Amino acid sequence: MIRIPCPFCGTRDHSEFAYGGDGSITYPSLDAPMQDWHDAVFQRENICGVQVETWQHVNGCRMWILVERDTMTHEIHSVRPAHAGMAKALGAAS
Amino acid sequence: MTRFSAWNIFWQGMSGQKGWTRQWRDPEPKPHYDVVIIGGGLHGLATAYYLSKNHGIRNVAVLEKGWIGGGNAGRNTTIVRSNYTQPGNREFYEHSLKLWEQLSHDLNYNVMFSQRSHIALLHSPGAVDAASRNYNTMRLTGNADAEIWSLGQLKETVPHLNYGGDARFPIMGAAVHKRAGTARHDAVVWGYARSADQLGVDIIQNCEVTGILCDGGRVTGLETSRGKISAGKLGLAVAGNTSRLWNMAGMSHLPIESHKLQAFVSEPLKPLLDQVVVFGMGGAHFYISQSDKGGMVFGGDLDWYKSYAQKGNLPIVQDVAEAAMSVLPCLGRVRLLRHWSGVVDMSMDGTHFISKTPLDNLYLNAGWNYGGFKATPAAGTYFADLIANDRPHKVIANHDLKRFERGIQLDERGAGPDPKLHG
Repeated sequence: MIRIPCPFCGTRDHSEFAYGGDGSITYPSLDAPMQDWHDAVFQRENICGVQVETWQHVNGCRMWILVERDTMTHEIHSVRPAHAGMAKALGAAS
Repeated sequence: MTRFSAWNIFWQGMSGQKGWTRQWRDPEPKPHYDVVIIGGGLHGLATAYYLSKNHGIRNVAVLEKGWIGGGNAGRNTTIVRSNYTQPGNREFYEHSLKLWEQLSHDLNYNVMFSQRSHIALLHSPGAVDAASRNYNTMRLTGNADAEIWSLGQLKETVPHLNYGGDARFPIMGAAVHKRAGTARHDAVVWGYARSADQLGVDIIQNCEVTGILCDGGRVTGLETSRGKISAGKLGLAVAGNTSRLWNMAGMSHLPIESHKLQAFVSEPLKPLLDQVVVFGMGGAHFYISQSDKGGMVFGGDLDWYKSYAQKGNLPIVQDVAEAAMSVLPCLGRVRLLRHWSGVVDMSMDGTHFISKTPLDNLYLNAGWNYGGFKATPAAGTYFADLIANDRPHKVIANHDLKRFERGIQLDERGAGPDPKLHG
């Protein structure tokens, strides 16, 4: 079991969370060229090592978080809220 | 090498079994090969075999960092079927199934291919409709082996499924594919290795590729743990680690994520299940068959998060156990013998790639999701054809890396561009 320190709820089992995907992707503007959208939707770096990824605490606070995790050892290096502004509004550590 | 035959087995039996020779050589790597395949799994070995058999290219090496068949070839649940409906996929897998039917004769090696039927359970009127649509598509496009069974017919054939009124998902019928079945995974590896070796292919084990040398848009050779090897053409068949090799060749980004998939085998039982039975309902997924040794071989969903680690996590063990109990309650007191995990290439649409690449003489075989084992003979055939002729066969015209740029997704499940959803 991976243990994820949720910035809102504290450390919980990963089975409380749903895995999102690659957190390094930023979607282009709606009028961006097709190639940019193709790359954002279909292309992945697929890092063997530390990557940033999104998880959602579905069986907890339901917040989306950004997790820096090693894809070989599963060690977690950092966790932060995906929406910094919302975390601030809720008064949680960001 | 001795050819296997009834006479030879009789003769060796009479002469103390002393006349058998090695099944394949253990050669030192040569400085140059016309074609080098990285990955001594099923697809790599099959590709080397068909390169030499179908295309007469004999100066071929298969490089394997561990031992052949030690990766996903030895970690799958050995199911073979061809009930696909997307154009391209259905021809590909139907060709594969036809090759499976002749494989033991072709390789002179008993791969223990057992066409015992693939029974997908249906639990709602919507599921029956969807399966009927898919199976009608199969019938209309040349694969007549597709049947929808009523509950009565299913009960008669597999009487010990959970038909109780208290079942969480009552069974309404089944989609049945009779020519599907299982094969002995090790035998397939060894059969291809033996036949490829006989045709002159060098199988080089304990040879890890540490670098891919490129010059002017071409691959020139490889740095390996057993020295430098120059290559006329290079094929990658390393499912799970495709992106790492891709980076070594100086490129980045592929429509692939590496995920891990667990499988399980129970203690050996007396004959219990004659078919492959599959359960898929919303978030639950489960498939089971019985091996010739008697072990119940089964699996379920991915571990849901990206990973290169060949180790499974416990929540999925619980999920799979729950699914097992809901489908076959008689398994309740059966003990688990082993469970393990393999790293699979999950692609963006759930379909594989047999493709040319931005480098002139580099070819890619990747993205097999859950389905690499059944694809082995066709994957080897078409990948060898691509490498030998430097153009894709028409069957794999849309199995290239650029299909998404053309707006084509071969998405059997309709799950969308999220790799973890294509289980």
